[in-house]
Amino acid sequence: MTEPVRQLFAVAAPLIRANVDTDAIIPSREMKTVSKTGLADGLFAGWRYTTIGGRDPEPSFVLNQAPYAQTQILLGGENFGCGSSREHAVWALHEFGIRSVIAPSFAPIFFGNCIRNGIVPVRLAAEAVQRIASWVVIDPPVHRVRVDVDALCVEAGEGMRWTFELDPESREMLLEGLDAIDLTLKSKADIDAFLERDRIERPWIYRLPEHA
Amino acid sequence: MTARTLFEKLWTSHLVRELGGDTALIAIDRVFLHERTGSVALKSLSESNRTIVDPARVFCTMDHIVDTRPGRGDDTVLPGGKAFITETRAAAEAARIRLFDVRDPLQGIVHVISPELGIVLPGATVVCPDSHTCTQGALGAFAWGIGSTEAEHALATGTLRVKKPKAMRVRFEGELPPTVTAKDLSIALIARFGSVGGNGYAVEFAGAAVEALDIEGRLTLCNMATEFSAVTGFIAPDHKTLEYLKGRPYAPRGADWARAADAWLALRSDPGAVFDREIVIDVSNLGPMVTWGTSPQHAVPVSGCVPAESESGASPESYQRALAYMGLSSGIPMYDLEVGAAFIGSCTNSRVSDLRRAAEVLRGRRVAPGVRAICVPGSMSVKRAAEAEGLDQIFKDAGFEWRESGCSMCFFAGGESFGAKQRVISSTNRNFESRQGPETRTHIASPETVAASAVLGRIAGVDQLPAQARAS
Repeated sequence: MTEPVRQLFAVAAPLIRANVDTDAIIPSREMKTVSKTGLADGLFAGWRYTTIGGRDPEPSFVLNQAPYAQTQILLGGENFGCGSSREHAVWALHEFGIRSVIAPSFAPIFFGNCIRNGIVPVRLAAEAVQRIASWVVIDPPVHRVRVDVDALCVEAGEGMRWTFELDPESREMLLEGLDAIDLTLKSKADIDAFLERDRIERPWIYRLPEHA
Repeated sequence: MTARTLFEKLWTSHLVRELGGDTALIAIDRVFLHERTGSVALKSLSESNRTIVDPARVFCTMDHIVDTRPGRGDDTVLPGGKAFITETRAAAEAARIRLFDVRDPLQGIVHVISPELGIVLPGATVVCPDSHTCTQGALGAFAWGIGSTEAEHALATGTLRVKKPKAMRVRFEGELPPTVTAKDLSIALIARFGSVGGNGYAVEFAGAAVEALDIEGRLTLCNMATEFSAVTGFIAPDHKTLEYLKGRPYAPRGADWARAADAWLALRSDPGAVFDREIVIDVSNLGPMVTWGTSPQHAVPVSGCVPAESESGASPESYQRALAYMGLSSGIPMYDLEVGAAFIGSCTNSRVSDLRRAAEVLRGRRVAPGVRAICVPGSMSVKRAAEAEGLDQIFKDAGFEWRESGCSMCFFAGGESFGAKQRVISSTNRNFESRQGPETRTHIASPETVAASAVLGRIAGVDQLPAQARAS
């Protein structure tokens, strides 16, 4: 069960680089235990700190700058979240306080991981993301960005409003914070019926040799 | 009946029910886990008092952070990595799933052992919390990478809620020049159509050049579908697929085999089937490829130069950042780039045919002075097969380290790396910033290009090797 997310009105930080991969979001070396938590410190570690494994903040990195202290929205570049499937990237973002990423495109696994963890992935044209960024940087704490999952729109000050697309299932997941397993188990009768048919249709899928 | 794509057939044969919009509940035939991301799925499942619906169809391996140095045990080079090994082992035993453990003779990289053991089958759905699961589509499966939460869902329900991707076909037509491999096809595709070219699509690879590939080459081609941002890549099964699978430990036997084989050969796109997008690439004028930048789309022929910004296909920001990171400038010939290290391995290119082709280049030659060269077979079965052919000796004589199987230095987990600003020629799949270690500069290529570059100490194609360089 994740917390529902309906509407955000928050500080947005521009990190507009193409192909920000999940290893940049949470380096493998920062995944220290078999856990979904304890990851926020490792978020963007390679960019955020001055040394590998160190914790001295790199002043030029956007999330280390005072006006971006309350950032909940990231403005990203093309192919955001590419690379490794590690959900730790999304867990780290969420633990840090990020609730939405606005970018021209997302890697598919990262996109799905966002939906399942209460982070709103918003696809907007590169020019729109750039316009939001240009407006935000003028005064980040005041120039807050609105992300509305109900209305599927983004607002950034006067006259800057864009709608975005999200499939109904993903929207519902975010709005309700639903546990997908519980939801699916409501279809157990359908699953059982499928299996009954399929065991006849494709017996080799189910009749595995004794474990080799 | 209307003509259907292969993807449509894979989709509908696993359709449990529609969920509205483009989303459906899809039956999952095989789940594979590994110690890096599967461990947390098993742990979370058990903490929520849920169980695996059919443990016989779930498999687990130790590949990502397991040590690959000779004489390995549970200790990892990555500090704290041992906990991932021991916790995965305990969780797999408790869940009663087949674990290919550290000392198991069948251990190896998930996308190498799943095909070689016949766990992935044509027409099956296969998921794993690993982005390169698309590799397994080479056998005609619908195989794709997921997150750990989705893995829990697949384990607990035997299904996934999936948004239906659009259908793309990429046809590689023409005759493949002898120096061009499946790896070069995949890099050429991404270089031409971009690292988001496949976003939103399930991609069927087809055409004469794909049919001509052996199964291991097809696995390499499908492996890189995720670098194309595709949901998956796959290839229609044919007689080569059947021949490859027959007799493998988990493949069907007897009457099941005969029935399955018939069904599998019907798994192909019908003539006239309509794709949402179709790409045709003439392979006859392609050459070996290598990456120059920090995305697989930053690639040129080995005989080419670092492109100008206007020719690079990258945004100005991405182009400048990549050049700075890689320590390059526009117009430098790739041949001029000295390498300090060479790596052959990974789920992309670590199968016995990959090692055989690299060994053929290395036979009687030595890596250039100062080049650190490492070969990591993709599985213990691959390692044994290579040793039976004497390939290990060729690698060792050439100055390569010969390792135990695993993902090894394809990525940096906090243990071994090639060093800051070190230029590495690598048979792997990702040249991202710091992928192989902080500030390490990775150039991706085929195993034979890696071998030739290691010998010459600079990026080079096999055709660059002088015959007289042979020591014997």
